Amino acid sequence: MLSEGSSFLKGMVLGGVFCLILSLLGTFSPGITSQTEQHLHHHLKPLSKEELQKLSENQMSEVTQQVQVYCVIMVTPKILVYWATANDTWSKHCDRSVFYSSESAKALEAVDLQEQDEWARLRKALLHAYENAGGLRWFFIARPTTFAIIENLKYLVLVKDPSEPFYIGHVQKSGELEYVEYESGIVLSYEALKRLVGMFKDESKCPERAHALWKVSEEKQLATCLKYSGVFAENGEDAQGKELFNKKTVGMLISDSMVQNPNDVVEACCSDMAITFSGMNPSQMQVMMYGVYRLRPYGHNFHDSLTFLPPKGSDND
Amino acid sequence: MSVKTWSLRFLGKTMKHSFPNFLFLGGIAAGFFMLNTSISFLTTNKVNEILSPITPITNVDISVATNLTQRVRLLCWILTAPQFLESRAKHVNAAWAKRCNIVLYMSSENSDFPTVKLNVSEGRDQLYWKTIRAFQYLHQHHLDDADWFLKADDDTFVVPENLRYLLSKYNTEDPVYLGRRFKPFIAQGYMSGGAGYVLSREALRRFVAGHASGLCTHFSEIEDMALGRCMRTMNVSPGDSRDFLKRQTFHAFPPDKHMDKLSPNKWNNYFLYEYYKHVAGPSCCSDFAVSFHYIHPVEMYTLQYFTYHLRPYGYKHRLGAEFAAHNKTV
Repeated sequence: MLSEGSSFLKGMVLGGVFCLILSLLGTFSPGITSQTEQHLHHHLKPLSKEELQKLSENQMSEVTQQVQVYCVIMVTPKILVYWATANDTWSKHCDRSVFYSSESAKALEAVDLQEQDEWARLRKALLHAYENAGGLRWFFIARPTTFAIIENLKYLVLVKDPSEPFYIGHVQKSGELEYVEYESGIVLSYEALKRLVGMFKDESKCPERAHALWKVSEEKQLATCLKYSGVFAENGEDAQGKELFNKKTVGMLISDSMVQNPNDVVEACCSDMAITFSGMNPSQMQVMMYGVYRLRPYGHNFHDSLTFLPPKGSDND
Repeated sequence: MSVKTWSLRFLGKTMKHSFPNFLFLGGIAAGFFMLNTSISFLTTNKVNEILSPITPITNVDISVATNLTQRVRLLCWILTAPQFLESRAKHVNAAWAKRCNIVLYMSSENSDFPTVKLNVSEGRDQLYWKTIRAFQYLHQHHLDDADWFLKADDDTFVVPENLRYLLSKYNTEDPVYLGRRFKPFIAQGYMSGGAGYVLSREALRRFVAGHASGLCTHFSEIEDMALGRCMRTMNVSPGDSRDFLKRQTFHAFPPDKHMDKLSPNKWNNYFLYEYYKHVAGPSCCSDFAVSFHYIHPVEMYTLQYFTYHLRPYGYKHRLGAEFAAHNKTV
């Protein structure tokens, strides 16, 4: 009995040592590899006050300098008024904002892609953005019917490493495909864009012109191409799980809240750190500019860990 | 011997001799598996820590606003009617009214809501009667409970903190009243009713005294103009409510109407009323706006959200430095 027991024990020790050696060699990661591993950070939340305070002042200013956003704004002459409004309002808060148009319009400046197909146009715009990124490492893609608060986008991605693949927004599901909704804005890190641009060369997995009988929307085509390059969609939300990317207007969300939470309409409605709203008319977007960047109660002061200054030469923020 | 029994006997023989070997192999497997799971358990905990949500950010310092609330006591009275309690007054109450030191809803009937029942009947032609009775009520019951007395409609949105800031520069024992100043009918101008107007304690005394002595009468149904005439009669001065950049704080319309640079022609008639030079576009409105009018419930909550909730994290307001400098001289 004893000899048998000792055999077992000897075996155990040997097995344990073998496991340790393997994991130390680095080619083997302990644990049960599961399909769920890629969804580990499916819900992306910004840093909390406590986490921010842990960063030193040097780290903080370094990080603030590095979080720079290149806005890719997809326009057409048909929506000239929205184009002009985006140009006059929120896009001024991007570190660089470039308008990409289907065709040129005399009144406003844009990169003329000379392309009517929406997906092909988006591909060309993203390729152009990648090639002209300079030092910018975060890309925000939207149409001018969306209103974005870029400071809150920076806050969301503050310490995320853009050399990791990030694809963030409001996530929807279509069958097996999880994609970021176009209407509420799409965020890509430099690495995600790099992989996407690489995938553009693969005509079978990521075709420029859809060969299907029905048209697949650009947002889904984008998600598919990204998925093939190992980039997966993540939902942007605040610490309480409230959506940061919205395809509705503030008014619509308030109306919904009046029905669902009549005793706590504003508290239950929308995030204080919301990044996008969509569907507003140009006049409403001007009011939003005032409401977000100017209107405030005297005597309420915030001690934020970051500093963003107003853009030069602007009179509505 | 059958194959079955032979194989069983063979198995038994090898088992007896190789049993320790089997144990050894089993031991290797067991040891490997145990260490494997314990290592993975130790490492996944670290990953979860980074991803778990922590408490929400509440780094707003309201000490300056709180201080002002104590120094500048504001009584707000809302002009309403029984048919508007559910559809309008309720939302005024849920949105901004609680930020006043005292809030009263003036109506023609008592209700659970809580309203003050004034001795009036309802109707647009009764508005000035309601206003007179309301101020008489305040004079009788609340003269010493507040420093300033604001009248607002049930479709007016007000930011009490900004009103207190404006009023902090005035003395409540001086005969003064403030609001959105209009030009016609009265030489010194009068304040728009819908945009809301606020009386000092002395102004309230004089308004009530004027009606008691007959110097002021109900000569017109037009509430704001008629009150303006009484103010003129009783030597109450209209103040300039614009901010230090000469931007308006009280507004007689919703923000989109004031911001609208593109179609000024629509508002030509309204522009004629303005006492101060009319400005359209972003300079129409102060960052520290006090009021907007014609605000329905959805927009009431929307403005509440914009004012007190939604903000760009870390943004240093454009007025910041200029404003701080200006404040030091005040």
